[in-house]
Amino acid sequence: MDLLFKIFIDPFLQMGAMPDLLVQTLWEGLVSGVLYALIALGFVLIFKASGVFNFAQGIMVVFAGLTLVGLHEKGVPAWLAVLLTLGVMLALAVAVERVVLRPLVNQPDIILFMATFGLTYVLIGIGEFIFGGEPKQMITEELGLPRGAIDVAMLGGRVTFQKIDIAAAVIASIMIAALAVFFQYTRIGRALRAVADSHKAALSVGISLNQIWAIVWFAAGIVALITGIMWGARSDVSFALQTIALKALPVLILGGFTSIPGAIVGGLIIGIGEKLAEFYWGPLVGGGIENWIAYVIALGFLMVRPQGLFGDKIIERI
Amino acid sequence: MFYREAGQYKKTYSADMAVFPILQDRIGIGLILATAAIIIPIFGSNFFISTVMIPFLVFSLAAMGLNIVTGYTGLISLGTGAFMGVGAFACYKLTTYFPDVNIIIWILVSGVFSAAIGALFGLPSLRIKGFYLAVATLAAQFFLEWCFVRVPWLFNYNASGAIEVPQRTLFGVAITGANATPTTRYLVLLGIVVLMTWVASNILHGRIGRTFMAVRDMDIAAELMGIRLLPAKLTAFAMSSFYCGVAGACMMFLWYGGGEASDAFNINQSFNILFMVIIGGLGSLIGCFFGAALLNIVPIILKFGLPAIGLPLAGATAEHINHLFVGSLIIFFLIVEPHGLARLWQITKQKLRTWPFPY
Repeated sequence: MDLLFKIFIDPFLQMGAMPDLLVQTLWEGLVSGVLYALIALGFVLIFKASGVFNFAQGIMVVFAGLTLVGLHEKGVPAWLAVLLTLGVMLALAVAVERVVLRPLVNQPDIILFMATFGLTYVLIGIGEFIFGGEPKQMITEELGLPRGAIDVAMLGGRVTFQKIDIAAAVIASIMIAALAVFFQYTRIGRALRAVADSHKAALSVGISLNQIWAIVWFAAGIVALITGIMWGARSDVSFALQTIALKALPVLILGGFTSIPGAIVGGLIIGIGEKLAEFYWGPLVGGGIENWIAYVIALGFLMVRPQGLFGDKIIERI
Repeated sequence: MFYREAGQYKKTYSADMAVFPILQDRIGIGLILATAAIIIPIFGSNFFISTVMIPFLVFSLAAMGLNIVTGYTGLISLGTGAFMGVGAFACYKLTTYFPDVNIIIWILVSGVFSAAIGALFGLPSLRIKGFYLAVATLAAQFFLEWCFVRVPWLFNYNASGAIEVPQRTLFGVAITGANATPTTRYLVLLGIVVLMTWVASNILHGRIGRTFMAVRDMDIAAELMGIRLLPAKLTAFAMSSFYCGVAGACMMFLWYGGGEASDAFNINQSFNILFMVIIGGLGSLIGCFFGAALLNIVPIILKFGLPAIGLPLAGATAEHINHLFVGSLIIFFLIVEPHGLARLWQITKQKLRTWPFPY
């Protein structure tokens, strides 16, 4: 009885008793949710256009962040470093398309998935080799990102909003809007949607798959760079981020692999869900449940809807 | 030239279906076993046995476990490390409670616990498939990893939170603990691996193995043919986890000799074993050994071999190059031969059979 009370009633009483704490937790969850959503977005872009489940997206985030910081450490001014990093991501996209994807066309999905595993290791190797394995500080000031925090008095308490978190949320929204416009209203965006619908049909109307793949990997690279900057500003830029990037997987499952709105909603649900769970239910079992609760939430959803919240219905034929 | 089947007549069905239908294969496997069981223990140095052979055997066993579920049944699992951990902890608890029973029995029995946990986490596999399932197994990985750290009962409430391997003997010879020599540990491990490989080979060539493969090739078609998917997939998960569990127990008790579970059984271990399976060849037992050998030896060569020939590498750099190398190797193999080293081996054998003619 006591245990049931602790699980089902007590956390809600706590939420009611200290609404400011609840708001703070929700905000934290929202921000990490936005970052998960950004990583998931990179996955979705690539999955939609090429059907490749890009395991390397997480490491691309780290790689982009490392390149940016590493270039700046070498004395390159911040704006130039950003441009150069974009160049590196473009080169990476073209190289991946040439070296990895093109020879593997028509292979089963799992083979392509494994290839991105390999890519992950290559990127880790290159990143560590060039920039060293130790964590680095993100160059927030040089990039003109705000620092510090705002304290807002509300609901009988104080809630702290980090300025960088607000910036992250705003930038993420802008980027998502920009992507939506890009997909809906540009020529390339239309080609991308055509490829997502059917590779063969797209080929038959003269869309170059190779080109589209390079473009979409570059787009994922840009998303990765922005995610890397935002996440790097919250903690450090290090390869530890890679494990956090795995959190994007339950987000994807929740939202469905092919849906951009799904990635965003999924990210927010996972982010908020895990922070709430950690804060209110975590102490019951000794804390640290943040590491796996996301997967359990996703698993619960999967049992009900195997294709995710917004995913296309899976139809199987013999 | 020597590898000819000419003159070897197969008179019965079972002779035709044998795992090693050709005499030369049987001689070859006998030679390999003799080398492993007699020559290596006698002539191998302690360093060679403990850094090369023991990890190789442990990883082969783990790769075999993963190959059963991923290679033979087509269900991607990213929870291998955690299932190995379950085996290690089960063995630790069992030998703590019943110290009189021989440790080898407990190593094998610990697989049962791992199998139960594996089957439990395999339950979603009926409803979800492909990448979705991979993420579901990640849930197992992270949840179990968390348990290994947060449930003190598992490591007997000791302060370090690590498994402390007690000394256990077989016929009066220490086989685990600080006093066991690498050679004895190696021989025990070799016995376990040979036994488990033999069992796996028989199961996978039989009805159960064919069920697995039918499910892998197309599960709906398999269902229409009368295979019950839930039992088939759960058996695959249970069997796979059994092997992983035994591998984990061997890893802790015969290789590491104790240590922190969070390091040994983390997500990177799962990936590592997945790479061995891919490089070795999905759906092939011999591939497990190839993959384990390659991925086990490359780091050792980078670590010890390069300084020996005058190319000194700092430890960290070797690690980075190792990552780079393993990654490129995976991509290379997927492009050149998606079926891994096992397929190359098969091609070589075929070429040898018909040599010097092309067909």
